[in-house]
Amino acid sequence: MNVGIVSYGAYIPRFRIVPPEIGRVWGSDGEAMSKGLMIFSKSVPGPDEDVITISVEAARNMMRRTSTSPKEIGALYVGSESHPYAVKPSGTIVAEAIEASPHLTVADLEFACKAGTAGIQMCMGLVGSGMVKYGVAIGADTSQGAPGDPLEYSASAGGAAYLIGSQDLIATINGTYSYTTDTPDFWRREGQPYPSHGGRFTGEPAYFKHVSACAKGMMERMGTKPEDYQYAVFHQPNGKFPTRVAKMLGFTDKQIEVGLITPHIGNTYSGAVPLGLAAILDVAKPNDRIFAVAYGSGAGCDGFDITVTENISHFKLDAAPTIQQLIERKKMIDYATYAKYRRKIMMKEGGS
Amino acid sequence: MTTARFWRDNATRYNLMATRCGSCGKVTFPPRHVCPICHRRSMGKMEKFRLSGKGEVYSFTLVHEAPAAFELQKPYIVAMIKMDEGVMMTAQLSDCEYAEVKIGMRVKATLRKIGEEGAGGVIHYGYKFVPE
Amino acid sequence: MREVAVIGIGITKFGELWDSSFREMGIMAGLAALADAKVSSEEVDAMYVGNMSAGRYIEQEHVAALIADYSGLARDHIPATRVEAAGASGGLAIRQAYLAIASGMHDMVVVGGAEKMTDVGDMESNAIQSSAADQQWESVFGATSPSLHAMIARRHMFQYGTTREQIAQVAVKNHLHGSFNPNAQFQREIDLKTVLRSPPVADPLGLFDCAPNSDGAAAVVLCSLDKARRYAEAPIKILASAQASDTLALHSRADICTFEATRFAARNAYKQANIGPQDIQLAEVHDNFTISEILAIEDLGFFEKGKGGKAVEDGLTKLGGQIAVNTSGGLKARGDPIGATGVAQIVELVTQLRNQAGKRQVPNAKYALAQNVGGTGATAIVHILGVA
Repeated sequence: MNVGIVSYGAYIPRFRIVPPEIGRVWGSDGEAMSKGLMIFSKSVPGPDEDVITISVEAARNMMRRTSTSPKEIGALYVGSESHPYAVKPSGTIVAEAIEASPHLTVADLEFACKAGTAGIQMCMGLVGSGMVKYGVAIGADTSQGAPGDPLEYSASAGGAAYLIGSQDLIATINGTYSYTTDTPDFWRREGQPYPSHGGRFTGEPAYFKHVSACAKGMMERMGTKPEDYQYAVFHQPNGKFPTRVAKMLGFTDKQIEVGLITPHIGNTYSGAVPLGLAAILDVAKPNDRIFAVAYGSGAGCDGFDITVTENISHFKLDAAPTIQQLIERKKMIDYATYAKYRRKIMMKEGGS
Repeated sequence: MTTARFWRDNATRYNLMATRCGSCGKVTFPPRHVCPICHRRSMGKMEKFRLSGKGEVYSFTLVHEAPAAFELQKPYIVAMIKMDEGVMMTAQLSDCEYAEVKIGMRVKATLRKIGEEGAGGVIHYGYKFVPE
Repeated sequence: MREVAVIGIGITKFGELWDSSFREMGIMAGLAALADAKVSSEEVDAMYVGNMSAGRYIEQEHVAALIADYSGLARDHIPATRVEAAGASGGLAIRQAYLAIASGMHDMVVVGGAEKMTDVGDMESNAIQSSAADQQWESVFGATSPSLHAMIARRHMFQYGTTREQIAQVAVKNHLHGSFNPNAQFQREIDLKTVLRSPPVADPLGLFDCAPNSDGAAAVVLCSLDKARRYAEAPIKILASAQASDTLALHSRADICTFEATRFAARNAYKQANIGPQDIQLAEVHDNFTISEILAIEDLGFFEKGKGGKAVEDGLTKLGGQIAVNTSGGLKARGDPIGATGVAQIVELVTQLRNQAGKRQVPNAKYALAQNVGGTGATAIVHILGVA
């Protein structure tokens, strides 16, 4: 049975902050940071937005583009490292908000930045085995970087939702392969507001090792080479890492250009590869082949080999905003507003 | 604890569920058991349905002084929205500048955080409106 | 139906009464009213207390028994009842007493109204007052009482061309009237600029468009007219008492520039008193916000719909104008201790009809009207008083 993508939808909050503005507050060279990370602005969720609202927006955009009845959805997963609740699922609210409730299984997932793609794999399994007709996988985050930490220049917000099924596919998932080891490069303990990271340890032994191993393993299993793909998307904690890993693997800048959106919106964590893939699907033509590798700290990678089908030509793309439209819909804010929206200002309990 | 009180209306707040009187066709929001026009004749004939979520601004204001629950959001825009189905509701406008808002402006519903019971309490989600 | 008269009035100063507790204010007003009526407490058959939210303001429910107790009436075991209709609680308490006497059930009833608002912060008070709107479908979404009235103001400006300045003139006039009232919270005149430049609360309304948070109490003694002459040479007669309701949420109404509850109550009151709006010489109306007074003078029939702003601007509602509106200073300047407000309105009308209003006296007043509103017009109480 062919399993793949029936529909998808995305959401990116409209607020943006630029690295020089962050650098101004902390006495760092924001321009240099911007160039070093290849991030020119990052998205910031409004005070009324969180992973649940972003997931709902993305899931509703996904449903607007399909005639699938929400009642046929048998599984829904929300992958995030910034679920609003430590205990109490995000997914139940999303399921209610798209009227998929109550006859489905729902769970929240966490695996640093790859919880969204892990959800896609789980849906593939359920659909492929015939256990459910459709599954929804969402990757979304409103990640926080500690004030002044280099992470603050990149940690942003956004998410994308995928409807996985076996009929009327706009893209077939030809295969998926994961590469996982225990590598503590990035973590956040229960009750801690901000994550910690291993600094340069997050590079070579973590991101680069896992992404290249997963990419190579994926191509080996599919019997493909980089030039067999029109597009490639890699996890993008910044603009630099995916550009470098693509080069190392033999992919060209042109192949990764469309799916590389972190320079405009920052690192959306669990939303990163789902959003990058959405940007590619927004412009893809029938028979285009897409290569995708998501990375999650801790650490592991999910690789996907995808072929776009003829159905993409009559896909209702216009029923919801494209990634380009979401990127262009923006309002710049200063650090003070950012600090207020991200609750970095100590407030009095119960107000004044 | 207001958990159950909020939960009870979640379907309405998430998905703008309204009622239409099977006798006269009048639309009411939030859902009602009795049509305010047909009274007893409407009993058992009130059909629930989902509003389109689209409408226009009937009146609006920018709130500067607000209860503690809205402290982080102020100043915020509150508006009365006349839905395309004819029924009116009160909600916040998000994702737009106050100076842009006009009576008659087209808006559509979205789901946002509308409040929470302190840092450790339940979070309430519901409709807000954004420019269409 | 028996006729009913007011034979005694009592009121505390309104304002930030740091030294006075809820019960102290209630008793002070009540005893003053009894003294004014020259009635001893043994003669009182029942008590009604108008109060909106003692439960949230001072964490005290069951306030009717409390006031009866501290007034020294517990020994007589009189029935004491709390009445609540948000901002209209006081007016509704008067109406309940009126009905009790008119029906023949009681002969002599004390009505008190009280609110102690300053024991909580402004933000909490804002939240409490917002609960007079539809909690589940308005307040929860961030709609406050000022913001709902601001939306009415904007709509009135949009539909009738009412100007921001005309709306602000209500505050200027009521502060002028308040300057003649020794019990008023604010006794200083203000100019238009002060209102227009006051800190924003809910655009277009600013701080000076809003009635303040106040502490205070007011009381009246009502008696059947036949018995009233034993106590008072010139008892003031309640010519009409009317009440109407409307949808709780403002958004459920077809037109938010009219309070239908006010119109219905007024229509019934005029019918009962057998007079028309043109016969009224002075009125205490519910100006919890400046825009509310404009709606009130239109809905009560003093001015055509849409012409209220112009009437205020032209000075037609000032002392000495076509009709003197809010001679006490209104909720804006006299103060608005919510439960006390409706009772304080009657105290002012009686003071005027007795010709005891000093500098703010309306000469030869024969008919006076009070309009008391709860929430955003979901309850309206209209009373018409006249010299017996």
